[in-house]
Amino acid sequence: MYTPHTPDEIRSMLDVIGAPSLAALSAPPPGLEIKVRLDVPPALPEADAYAHIKAMADEDRAARMVSFLGAGAYRHYRPPAVGWFATRSEFLTSYTPYQAEASQGSLQAIFEWQTYICLLTGMDVSNASLYDGATALVEGVIMALHAKGRRRVIISRAVHPMYRAVLQTYASGMGIEVVELAVGEDGRTHFTSSDGASQPADCVVVQSPNFFGCIEDVPAAAKLAARCDGLCVSVTAEALALAVLKTPRELGADIALGEAQSFGLPLGYGGPYVGFIACTKEHVRRLPGRLVGETTDVDGKRAFVLTLQGREQHIRRELATSNICTNQALCALIATVYLATVGSRGLKAIASANLARARELAGALAGIPGFSLAHPTPYFNEFCVRTPVAAAELASRLERRGFLAGLPLSRFYPALGDLLLVCATELTTGQDIAAFAAAAREETSHALAAI
Amino acid sequence: MPSLLFERGAPGRGATFVSDAGAAARYLDAGLLRADLPLPDLAELEVARHFTELSSRNFSVDRNFYPLGSCTMKYNPKLNEAAAAFEGFTELHPFAPDAGCQGALQLLWRMQRALTALFGMTQFSLMPAAGAHGEITAMLMAKKHFNDIGEGARNVCLVPDTAHGTNPASAAMVGYRVNAIASTARGRIDVAALKRKLGADTAVCMMTNPNTLGLFEDDIVDVTNAVHEAGGLMYYDGANANAIVGLCRPGDMGFDLLHLNLHKTFSVPHGGGGPGSGPVGANKKLAPYLPQPLVIERDGAFALDWGSQRSIGPVRAFWSHFLAVVRAYAYVIVHGVDGLRRNSELAVLNANYVRAAVKDVLAVPYEDFCRHEFVCSAEALKKKTGVRALDLAKGLLDAGIHAPTMYWPHVVPECLMIEPTETETKATLDGFAATLRGLVELAEAEPDALRAMPLHTSVRRVDEAHVGRQANKGIGLRWSAEQGAV
Amino acid sequence: MSQPGDRVYTKEHEWLRIEGSSATIGITDYAQSSLGDIVYVELPKPGAQLERSKPMGVVESVKAVSDIYAPAAGTVSEINSSVEDDPAKVNADPFGDGWLVKVTLQDPNAAAQGLLDAQAYADFVASLSH
Repeated sequence: MYTPHTPDEIRSMLDVIGAPSLAALSAPPPGLEIKVRLDVPPALPEADAYAHIKAMADEDRAARMVSFLGAGAYRHYRPPAVGWFATRSEFLTSYTPYQAEASQGSLQAIFEWQTYICLLTGMDVSNASLYDGATALVEGVIMALHAKGRRRVIISRAVHPMYRAVLQTYASGMGIEVVELAVGEDGRTHFTSSDGASQPADCVVVQSPNFFGCIEDVPAAAKLAARCDGLCVSVTAEALALAVLKTPRELGADIALGEAQSFGLPLGYGGPYVGFIACTKEHVRRLPGRLVGETTDVDGKRAFVLTLQGREQHIRRELATSNICTNQALCALIATVYLATVGSRGLKAIASANLARARELAGALAGIPGFSLAHPTPYFNEFCVRTPVAAAELASRLERRGFLAGLPLSRFYPALGDLLLVCATELTTGQDIAAFAAAAREETSHALAAI
Repeated sequence: MPSLLFERGAPGRGATFVSDAGAAARYLDAGLLRADLPLPDLAELEVARHFTELSSRNFSVDRNFYPLGSCTMKYNPKLNEAAAAFEGFTELHPFAPDAGCQGALQLLWRMQRALTALFGMTQFSLMPAAGAHGEITAMLMAKKHFNDIGEGARNVCLVPDTAHGTNPASAAMVGYRVNAIASTARGRIDVAALKRKLGADTAVCMMTNPNTLGLFEDDIVDVTNAVHEAGGLMYYDGANANAIVGLCRPGDMGFDLLHLNLHKTFSVPHGGGGPGSGPVGANKKLAPYLPQPLVIERDGAFALDWGSQRSIGPVRAFWSHFLAVVRAYAYVIVHGVDGLRRNSELAVLNANYVRAAVKDVLAVPYEDFCRHEFVCSAEALKKKTGVRALDLAKGLLDAGIHAPTMYWPHVVPECLMIEPTETETKATLDGFAATLRGLVELAEAEPDALRAMPLHTSVRRVDEAHVGRQANKGIGLRWSAEQGAV
Repeated sequence: MSQPGDRVYTKEHEWLRIEGSSATIGITDYAQSSLGDIVYVELPKPGAQLERSKPMGVVESVKAVSDIYAPAAGTVSEINSSVEDDPAKVNADPFGDGWLVKVTLQDPNAAAQGLLDAQAYADFVASLSH
């Protein structure tokens, strides 16, 4: 389809090689030929393939619905400039920048990403990116394990449930004990009184804002970490919050990690997104994956290059800090172009708009009879609302009215069946909120009438 | 030299993106807020110039030939990009109810099925984010499987000495002891040596086929049988799958588990180092351990399925690198099985053609025809002139050709690993061979000229030692206001 | 490449200079030049017990990593923290300022047994390039 060979060329190439035919040259050893008809759809001409895939995309009704879903994946405005510059062929179709002379564009962009992540988190050093927020959490825990060697992790139950599930997947295979901390009535984690939490551990993991939207007492987590002789690992699933909240470093974290999808990446049904991880200087050699440093070339010209590769799998093999190789370079570039485009002023304004819209939404929902805000705790752009009918039922009624109502917490917390996690961003309009609140009011009374 | 973003801009610059909602202090207690946000403010044209200039300092497939072994830098069709930009995909939230995501789910389901057929497995998970992520996923599956059947004491992972570095690194993450298997003079795994190392402690044997020397492991069925007899599992690293699609199948060779790199074999662009996509396939025995959710079809409706009690669980927050899978699906659907097989055949043709064109100036240590890539050695040239494989590679950069993979696998000294891929024209290959031969001639006449290369790239050879020593102290890895880069 | 005659050598390219009951350990000129620019040195802590032929530390260059194997058994009495700060010293002066650790030998009389003298090591290195 995209191969250029003419029959004449193939013949002359085979002559040079000294092989009788294309089939003879590429055939597997006898006995390994494919003997069955493979169940793969027949080839389509490009125009038909385009239409076929477009038709599938058009079937995704949920992509066009008015959405109040967040929960680790956020719908934000993506300035057209971001995609325009970041997806130039020269970036999109380049390889990992091992050859510094041929990759200064990618390398400088990664250096700029590392700087942005340091400025946002207050940390000294950042790596070149990780797959996503959940795997960043795993890598952060492994860093703490390398520092402390206890194979014991303390984590808040208000950390994103999918992140915790991913951590559990790895922990089971790696022999790491995971101790979970309960969440209080106010939606924040109990970092002070807990049973298993006073023994030594590699780290204490806190997410802020947490999965319920509540801004956590990160210093309390840092204190607990100190008592357990472990590191404090801070998780941010909504990177936009870093624009306004105190930095993880100021709050006492040793490692700051999370998900930066909010910086210019589309929802994309879950990926690719971009994980970040940053830490204080003393842990720099424990950072996983690629790192770019500034140097000079033989002429004394400023240059950028991959560095500390001795930590990585292609050199240290089984003793590497992590097995990661390919990461999310293009996604990190998109985030970098996003941050450059909106700047400090734009990012603060967007964050404020999120704060404002979320409070409008809270006011509208709290005004519905039987509804209340679940937690009296400050939040950024999402929060839990208590509903008089099962949140899952309400959400499914509202879906039929064209709304993605938010995430019913029963999906991850069976005891919290009356809580709905809702999110508003700068893209949420006053009209959206009014229509949603009206529909929620009606559907609630229908649901109550049906009982 | 372009300055960094942080050295550009001025406070107050930049467009307005949202209506003014006032300062954050209107909504949150001052005690929760950061004092300042020291990011640069730039006009959009400054951003445009900055990144357009940076892009001009990069090699890329759309501009340069990449004979980069084991990386499969083939052309990335633009249909892929159009497909991944459809709003029905980009604006879809991963927690949206299945009923509203039928198109995306159908595409994932079709891709699971196509890969299952093409590679001879029972089921595929599209969740892993990249090749190494697929490897650790498979190691976690193997470990859970052995625990479930009461053989959790198996803790040795056998890996050929030609393997990718990610293989031993992934095995070590789950606590497996890595035992390297030597290669024979024919460039294949030493089956006798392997058999001596098999035993009650064997967990997994990880192999690439064709291997990283570009040679088909012709004893593969003997290997998989022996490992199975010892109670171990066979793992296929799909880095080199571009040589075999539609020609033969890892499942038929006896592999229990495998990962693919959709960003190599299935034309998802590399993006300067990701995002990739590393689906994992499993045979009947291992399929229940695949990460969840998988996509299932029931009466024409598609759904995320969390039903396997034995699954290792999720390996990332959401279901897949979906937009990467869309690109790979576009590639599958315009090719069909016949087109995919044709691509593999032409990849093998191109590699053998380049091999034939350079083997008299750079020794090719193995006599057999290669598959999609081959290795050659600059050892003789180094002995004669002092010019190394690295210098030849830097010389290629001056000719606008990306360097081949170098110094790996370690079994070949001064190794250059060359993988042209199927999308390159005969003329490009002829030009590459002529350039490489010219550099070898130049090395013999003027070795210092080679060692000075590259001369025409945006920067020349860089000082890696100083930056490495500083970086160990956390210095030079970011820009800072006080010291520029610190 | 000349090897100082006041010490003994391993085939892993470490050297051991015995002074009574204690000794100094480093890597050879051949080792540093094979590795290239060294960017990082990881040494055992003072007080650590070294076992002969077992890894006692790591030297890392821009593109390679190598274990350092203890040439003799003993207790680490002092480490050269200046090479941790400035690993370039190991490249510049591997037999002098670039020394790595001092040890109190477990068995001073047997420490040199089985190791190579300067001439034997020079012959060994010469054999490697063939």
